Amino acid sequence: METPPLTSLYQQLILEHYRNPRNKSELPDKTVEIHMRNPTCGDEIRLQLRVEDGRIADARFVGQGCSISQAAVSMMTQLIRGRSLDEADGVAERFKAMMHGDPDVAKDKGMGDLRALAGVSRFPVRVKCALLGFDALQEALKKTAEGGGH
Amino acid sequence: MLQADDMSPLDVTALRRDFPALHQEVNGKQLVYLDNAATSQKPRAVLDVLSSYYQQDNANVHRGIHELSRRATVAYEEAREKVARFIGAADPAEVVWTRGTTESINLVANTWGPASLQAGDEILLSVMEHHSNLVPWQILARRTGARLRFIELDDDGKLVLDDLPALVSDRTRLVAVSHVSNALGTINPVKEIIAAAKRVGALVLLDGAQGVVHTKLDVQDVGADFYAFSGHKMCGPTGIGVLWARRELLEAMPPWQGGGDMIEFVDRDMSTWAEVPHKFEAGTPNIAGAIGLGAAVDYLASVGMDAIAAHERELVRYAMERMDRIPGLRIYGPRDPAERSAVLSFTLGDAHPHDISTILDSEGIAVRAGHHCAQLVMKRFGLAATARASFYLYNTRAEADRLVEGLETVRSIFG
Repeated sequence: METPPLTSLYQQLILEHYRNPRNKSELPDKTVEIHMRNPTCGDEIRLQLRVEDGRIADARFVGQGCSISQAAVSMMTQLIRGRSLDEADGVAERFKAMMHGDPDVAKDKGMGDLRALAGVSRFPVRVKCALLGFDALQEALKKTAEGGGH
Repeated sequence: MLQADDMSPLDVTALRRDFPALHQEVNGKQLVYLDNAATSQKPRAVLDVLSSYYQQDNANVHRGIHELSRRATVAYEEAREKVARFIGAADPAEVVWTRGTTESINLVANTWGPASLQAGDEILLSVMEHHSNLVPWQILARRTGARLRFIELDDDGKLVLDDLPALVSDRTRLVAVSHVSNALGTINPVKEIIAAAKRVGALVLLDGAQGVVHTKLDVQDVGADFYAFSGHKMCGPTGIGVLWARRELLEAMPPWQGGGDMIEFVDRDMSTWAEVPHKFEAGTPNIAGAIGLGAAVDYLASVGMDAIAAHERELVRYAMERMDRIPGLRIYGPRDPAERSAVLSFTLGDAHPHDISTILDSEGIAVRAGHHCAQLVMKRFGLAATARASFYLYNTRAEADRLVEGLETVRSIFG
């Protein structure tokens, strides 16, 4: 299979988030934390949320890995702050659809900076990098819904 | 056409014609295959023998009286003799077929291990080990109460052998270390390690997955007790490998897996075991794989292991020289090409190795990125991952140049 041009993968915005990640710090008053690793490549993040009254009051992460995994989780934390749990889950589902090549999500302004990652869908071996943070998010939402987040 | 490399003792241009997989475009560029430490490409001589075995001689071994079974058995046992000669074994019976290095080491850990170890005994490993020469011993240690100890790594990726006298004692039963590091390329001074082990009466297992591939091996001269390697990294098929051990050791070891072909006589409650090596080869083996590995060692011997080693050393010297000039690029492992194999593990600025690998792939260049199944090495150097370019007999200077150009592309993106 022919690899698409690299410019569709390494957008400036991705490298910018990789170099200057948003919300990358420990969250002292977190209500839930999920440690997610990709054992095949060593990417890892700890996603920390503070959920108050059914909303994500704060979202932060610490981690290491490739530009795609780290930029994706940085962008994700920007977008989910202030969202309800259902809305955050919706973002994760929309992002997954984009990784499966859904062109509509890539045009959806509601996805914020995450749209820059649309090109990852054309690099199948890198999709799991982009999904790492969203897998952690959905785990965190599940854990919170089960009442384990306190 | 690629240019012949002036400094190489090999006619690489001619050699490359033996490897069909090298002649293809990947992402619109001529493939540059530099993931040889993961697995090598296969010469036509190996592909042909696999095909002709299945088309003409396919039958089960050691059982049939019929002609095809006879042919299959002869070819299978001839392959064992070829491999025995190739590694300098005293006796073909010392060559046990396995699925690969991992299974070879697990065989020792599951047979010799429980029969020989008691709580408090020690197994000496190194921080350099591939997980296949670490995890089986962790499992064995848990099972027997034995303790694992480790030879540390210095900043050049060499084993700290000054610690050896303090690390071995009369509690040491086994020293299990790699001959050549898959993650750093370091060629270990195994004779020195073996001498230290022998002084305290410990046995030595060498993980030769990256060793026999690149150097002329004489197991008797090296002096280890066990030597484990895989066929697929040395031009052979996947799914076939070897455990070499001294015959008296194999004879003393209990069997591992039970089944057909490993028995002599079978009764209701007890059976007797076949002679070595068959005692360790239960079930229908990888007949085609063994025959293919026999063809692979014939091929390597015809090219000449010394010439291959010289070619790789020259190529790695050239590649290191060029890569050293790339700002932000750091190569791990020994600096002296005489102390390393053709494995170059590196990082480049803040470009993550997976990003490096994706960018190189778009240029048709195959390298590995990750922890290389050597997480202890990564931890030692404070890394999550490295990119790894590994060269073999068919690689050229022109390909090293392509790698350097690809790394310049990485720099231009991550610049």
